Amino acid sequence: MVDATAIYTRSDAVPRGTKPKRALSGRNIMIYGTLLVFSLYYLLPLWVMVMTSLKGMPEIRMGNIFAPPVEITFEPWVKAWSQACTGLNCDGLSRGFWNSVTILIPSVILSIVVASVNGYALTFWKFKGSDVFFTILIFGAFIPYQVMLYPIVILLREMGLYGSLWGLVLVHTVFGMPILTLLFRNYFSTIPEELFKAARVDGAGFWAIYAKILMPMSLPIFVVAIILQVTGIWNDFLFGVVYTKPDLYPMTVQLNNIVNSVQGVKEYNVNMAATLLTGLVPLFIYFVSGKLFVRGIAAGAVKG
Amino acid sequence: MTNSIEVKDLTLNFGSVSVLKNMNLNVAEGEFVVLLGPSGCGKSTLLNCLAGLLEITDGQIFIKGKNVTWAEPSERGIGMVFQSYALYPQMTVRGNLSFGLKNAGVARDEIERRVARAAEILQIGPLLDRKPAALSGGQRQRVAIGRALVRDVDVFLFDEPLSNLDAKLRSELRVEIKRLHAQLKNTMVYVTHDQIEALTLADRIAVMRGGIIQQLAAPQEIYNRPANLFVAGFIGSPSMNFLPGATVEGGHVFRRGDLSLSLAGYEGGTIGTRDKVILGLRPEHLVVQDHAEPGVTLPAVVELDEPMGADSLVWLQAAGAQVSVRVPVERRMAPGTQVHLKVDMSKASLFDAGSETRI
Repeated sequence: MVDATAIYTRSDAVPRGTKPKRALSGRNIMIYGTLLVFSLYYLLPLWVMVMTSLKGMPEIRMGNIFAPPVEITFEPWVKAWSQACTGLNCDGLSRGFWNSVTILIPSVILSIVVASVNGYALTFWKFKGSDVFFTILIFGAFIPYQVMLYPIVILLREMGLYGSLWGLVLVHTVFGMPILTLLFRNYFSTIPEELFKAARVDGAGFWAIYAKILMPMSLPIFVVAIILQVTGIWNDFLFGVVYTKPDLYPMTVQLNNIVNSVQGVKEYNVNMAATLLTGLVPLFIYFVSGKLFVRGIAAGAVKG
Repeated sequence: MTNSIEVKDLTLNFGSVSVLKNMNLNVAEGEFVVLLGPSGCGKSTLLNCLAGLLEITDGQIFIKGKNVTWAEPSERGIGMVFQSYALYPQMTVRGNLSFGLKNAGVARDEIERRVARAAEILQIGPLLDRKPAALSGGQRQRVAIGRALVRDVDVFLFDEPLSNLDAKLRSELRVEIKRLHAQLKNTMVYVTHDQIEALTLADRIAVMRGGIIQQLAAPQEIYNRPANLFVAGFIGSPSMNFLPGATVEGGHVFRRGDLSLSLAGYEGGTIGTRDKVILGLRPEHLVVQDHAEPGVTLPAVVELDEPMGADSLVWLQAAGAQVSVRVPVERRMAPGTQVHLKVDMSKASLFDAGSETRI
């Protein structure tokens, strides 16, 4: 028999368990200090941009870029959206926004449909040379874009797509292919092969297995692919400027044209508002899907 | 009886590796054939070939007299049950059962009728609206069997269906599969590496090694008269005792060192005088006794005994080899005890050491 006091005195004499940690240890100061510095590093420019975009030009000329606006105005946002001039057009970023949307939607859908079917076929319907095919496809991810810019111009011209929206959609689809195929193939290869066999015995063909069995099981990886493509294509500048014409310029190109226009006064507030407007779509996507994104990336990345 | 499955000269190569070699196999209608063998012997591969999930290199496959060598899996009139259950996770049990029927364009009320019948036979009625994730292993495997059942096919293919279950469930479902076979009278081909499953379920067992069927026979035949050394060693737990030696005196006596055993009762071919043979004796075909009988017993020393509940396994040193004997559990034997083992030669197996085949 051991009574309570005996236990008390014993544990009192010999400290056990892990040592309690002090909140203000050197380690914690280092960690939180570093984190703080980094968040400031990223937040400060954002602060400056938001504040500047809410000021009028007279206030900006006074030069206190960190100070909040004395008089808040949304004029710059309105101007950036609907009145700012790029070249001959004076209808602001709105035209670029809608251009970007019309480029984005078909590009995202097309590239994901093609890449997921690619990944599916390369996992479950292996053919002679499928591994070589896959290797070559992945190799495409390592070729710098600049090398291919001009050949693609010629290619699109010959296909009669140069300068059109569909030409740019095609380019986005092709360039998204290596990384998206890799993503889907890796995800699908974690799905047990017996499931695929069972579906074949059940009489499901190539498309039925894809649509009825695999797709419903693979939502996370589709979400990842959508995020990658939406942000990638939305932020694209190079392809947009090279393969389209001014009427069809995506938002990023138009933003550049507004910010870098050489005539007249530099309207910093309008520039800031325009930049923030352009960044809203990827920002929105990340906020909405952050958790799913991490889960999907982890799921797709583990097995190679 | 007509053949339900006929495999003619089936060969399968993966690149330069030959997995199945010139295989021939006939399965009668309503027969339960078990493909048994160690990992990598080609038993699952053969089953996948029958199902049409692997394209064969050469040969022909007939199911119910129809050449299905190049037919799609769904057109072969087979149902298949997998080791990992392979249930569609996003569908309910009902969805899993009816998926194949929907693909085949079966009418809705017919689907309902068949699902209800399968659910009744397998007692999964209350589970029909659950997802596979909400089922236990045994229930999942029952649904997987149900998926084959609703297809209303003549041939069932089982690919190690019980390997993922724990021992208790495994023996329960084993009985259930046997009952199912008795009830439905379908042709069944069943792959396993578990010899108990093979011995209990099969009408005939095909023991495979290296892509070749070593012996195809009824379980008792395989157990009592193994065709070669591999089958003899693979079937039976604990495995058969092997005593290398020679046959002398025109094949009437087995000799190993000082030991001589009469081969008078041996049931097999003509033995003749051979330099190198291997005598195979199953643990239950040896009887422990106290006195020697010349030509019938061999002297042995007890090393240890393992009581196993129903009976006891005794390990002995006999004629320079380790020998195991099954004895009643009441008979405890102390290490070091001198005994004699009586050989029942009518149940022994004699193999040629060179060709490893039964004499």
